[in-house]
Amino acid sequence: MLFYSYFKTLVGKEVTVELKNNLAITGTLHSVDQYLNIKLNNIRVVDERKYPHMLSVRACFVRGSVVRYVQLPPGSVDVELLHDATRREARGG
Amino acid sequence: MAGAGGEAGLAQYVDTTVSVITNDGRTIVGTLRGYDQATNLILDECHERVYSSKSGVEQLVLGLYVIRGDNIAVIGEVDDDKDAAIDFSQVRAAPLKPVTH
Repeated sequence: MLFYSYFKTLVGKEVTVELKNNLAITGTLHSVDQYLNIKLNNIRVVDERKYPHMLSVRACFVRGSVVRYVQLPPGSVDVELLHDATRREARGG
Repeated sequence: MAGAGGEAGLAQYVDTTVSVITNDGRTIVGTLRGYDQATNLILDECHERVYSSKSGVEQLVLGLYVIRGDNIAVIGEVDDDKDAAIDFSQVRAAPLKPVTH
């Protein structure tokens, strides 16, 4: 549940989601669920000339199972806090 | 048709036009009629858009489809006005690559 909680703190921030078919979508994080499915608003596809498949799409739902990376705004990662939280999770507490 | 509930689910897309990208790289556009927690979808009056780098987009009428959630990559909410303004016979692009896990 750690990464679910973590992604919930990023709601409203601009993120880029790279998929396992090499498509990369930038948008405002609207919501995330237990499967790490991600909903984005005001999206734009990175390299629209090569990928015009979503030209008329303004918001989207990305299935968690096809996400390769989520690129985060640099200022939104508290590395120390995340370190502590992952250790706590690993201990089972 | 419960879904995960709240704003994280697909409830806001029901009865609107959606564009679904499948794991094998196909694009299917239709009206979302239903879904479940596994992202299985019911798409009404849908058609496939076949992209090609050699010629314009070809549209194939499919009708009513049920798509298994395992096979879904992205569900996009289509802006109908924007979509109507696009001349798909002039759009050329290589088909999307399939998802590789």
